Amino acid sequence: MLPPIVALLIAALVGDVLIITYGQSPGAVYRLLLEGTWGNAYGLGQVLYKTTTLTFTGLSVAIGLRAGLFNIGAESQLAAGGFLAAIIGTWLPAGLPSVLALPVFILAAAIGGGAVGGAAGVLKARWGAHEVITTIMLNFIVLALLNYLVVAHFKVFDTLHTSDIRTGALPRLSDMMAMFHGSAANVVLFLALAAVAVAWWYLFRSRAGYELRATGLQPQAAEYGGVNVPRVWWQAMLISGAVAGVGGLNFVLGYKHYYEDGFATGAGFLGIAVALVGRNNPVGVVVAALLFATLSQGGLAVNALVPKQMVEVLQAVVIIAVATSVPEVRRVLRSVRKDRAA
Amino acid sequence: MMLLAFLTQTIRIAMPYLFASAGGVLSERSGLIALGLEGYMLTGAFCAALGSYYGHTPWAGVAAGVAGGAAFALLYALCSIRYKADQVVVGVAINLLAVGLTRFFLRFIFGSSSNSPRVPGFSVAETGSGFLALTHNPLIWLGASSIPIVAWVLYRTPFGLRIRAVGEHPGAALSVGVPVERVRWLAVTLSGAIAGMGGVYLALDQQQFSDQMTAGRGFIALAAIIFGRWDPRRIGLACLLFAAAETFQIRLQGISRIPTQFIEMIPYVLTIIALAGVVGRAVPPAALGKADE
Repeated sequence: MLPPIVALLIAALVGDVLIITYGQSPGAVYRLLLEGTWGNAYGLGQVLYKTTTLTFTGLSVAIGLRAGLFNIGAESQLAAGGFLAAIIGTWLPAGLPSVLALPVFILAAAIGGGAVGGAAGVLKARWGAHEVITTIMLNFIVLALLNYLVVAHFKVFDTLHTSDIRTGALPRLSDMMAMFHGSAANVVLFLALAAVAVAWWYLFRSRAGYELRATGLQPQAAEYGGVNVPRVWWQAMLISGAVAGVGGLNFVLGYKHYYEDGFATGAGFLGIAVALVGRNNPVGVVVAALLFATLSQGGLAVNALVPKQMVEVLQAVVIIAVATSVPEVRRVLRSVRKDRAA
Repeated sequence: MMLLAFLTQTIRIAMPYLFASAGGVLSERSGLIALGLEGYMLTGAFCAALGSYYGHTPWAGVAAGVAGGAAFALLYALCSIRYKADQVVVGVAINLLAVGLTRFFLRFIFGSSSNSPRVPGFSVAETGSGFLALTHNPLIWLGASSIPIVAWVLYRTPFGLRIRAVGEHPGAALSVGVPVERVRWLAVTLSGAIAGMGGVYLALDQQQFSDQMTAGRGFIALAAIIFGRWDPRRIGLACLLFAAAETFQIRLQGISRIPTQFIEMIPYVLTIIALAGVVGRAVPPAALGKADE
């Protein structure tokens, strides 16, 4: 637990410097950040909405990392999942009950995201193409392709979004609790929590998850133990992409009810941060998603005092600080232990 | 005339790619993944606008831009070489940091969230747009020579030999007395400085900084490095190829039936094909990404 705390302290310090540079008082800015997020129901609702998406992309990256694979493509997988779900949604019969529509949407979103992630997985398993590069390249390719499809074929005139889905829109939290009025938080949040539980079970209680983690820790040893490593690779990327894809439902089913170009922007990279801070543990991912969602929403809250871009800087600093302090803190702890033993 | 205009535009578009990939190949050949090229360029572009604005001469912008790119590369070197942090994570974060910091200071210094005021530069407006005008822009000369210089350094100098050695087999290099970490620090810092020039070119060409003005060019440069199989000569050709495709698209806008999005995909698709080894094998430096061992 030590490295994330060290990292947060470093980020807070950098934040202080930026705030003072801008001629404001750090105390006032941080207070405003908390008030605008956890201090009122609307802010909290927005935080929960962003948490939902980040939980999916964070889980996606974490599952990949557990298999020893770095999925940088969560953004395009999220977009592809949302796109396919939205298109299927415009084709479904209008009267279809949500109970029947939801599984169709989940499947569509998983196929959309899984296809993109799986492509990188197959490129790695079959041809040895490094997944970091292929997922980055696929980000550009898929987002350009989706942009083309929306602009040339599916958009509503004069917009950059598709037409509304005909059924299956999910209720917002404000439909149940009036205090969340106006915020985008919706019941896909519970789908995210279910995904966390399933991911935990899959990784730590299933045979396939065991093989996946074994491959991530030491592929040669896993191979020697009878694991089909290339198969684990492409399956892990397929699942990773599918999880990110299902995250698209948060926007499509819970918020706008259509696919809009650019809705996924930034969620993939933040997913890396979430997985990293959450130590690739599904439960840790939720906590980290809350943190980064709070920062994102908090940026809007403090914009009156300091540029909201300060928050983007802080998010990047958290990533760098965690990535740097994890190996360093581990090394320090190890040498302390060695001293004690000696 | 058509051909000359096409060539002129291709060269202009290729400049940022040439700078960024010339820098990037130094980093990659020393064993450090150059994922932060986009960040170095963006910082370079912002610092160039800043330097040119306050220094009243584009050359101040050049100096500031180079320093900015190098500073970000130093941060990358500190995290990944000194503290052995994961190169991919830090590389991704460097890009996010560059976007955040340039936006923050764009608002802080220039009070805008979209672009800086007009700064002195080497733009088309001042040098003309023809082929001969290219020769009046000193940055074009620098950009065109960046790849040959890097090739010469890599293959003809002791320092280049050391870079290649630490990128292929750091253990062997260490055993014959090569200071592995110092070589990597130098290679990465240089990569930031040179890639920063790519951003400088953009900012001084457009005579302003605008938010996220590098628009993914750092990743195209990375694609060129991989498509060029980590060899400067092939990388230079890859940059020109990608730039030609872009020029083609701009020239054919409105006439062509190929949607622009498909032309945009070309560098990325080619890179995946190259990486998958469909046309010959793209073998990265053996120690790439493994500075933590």
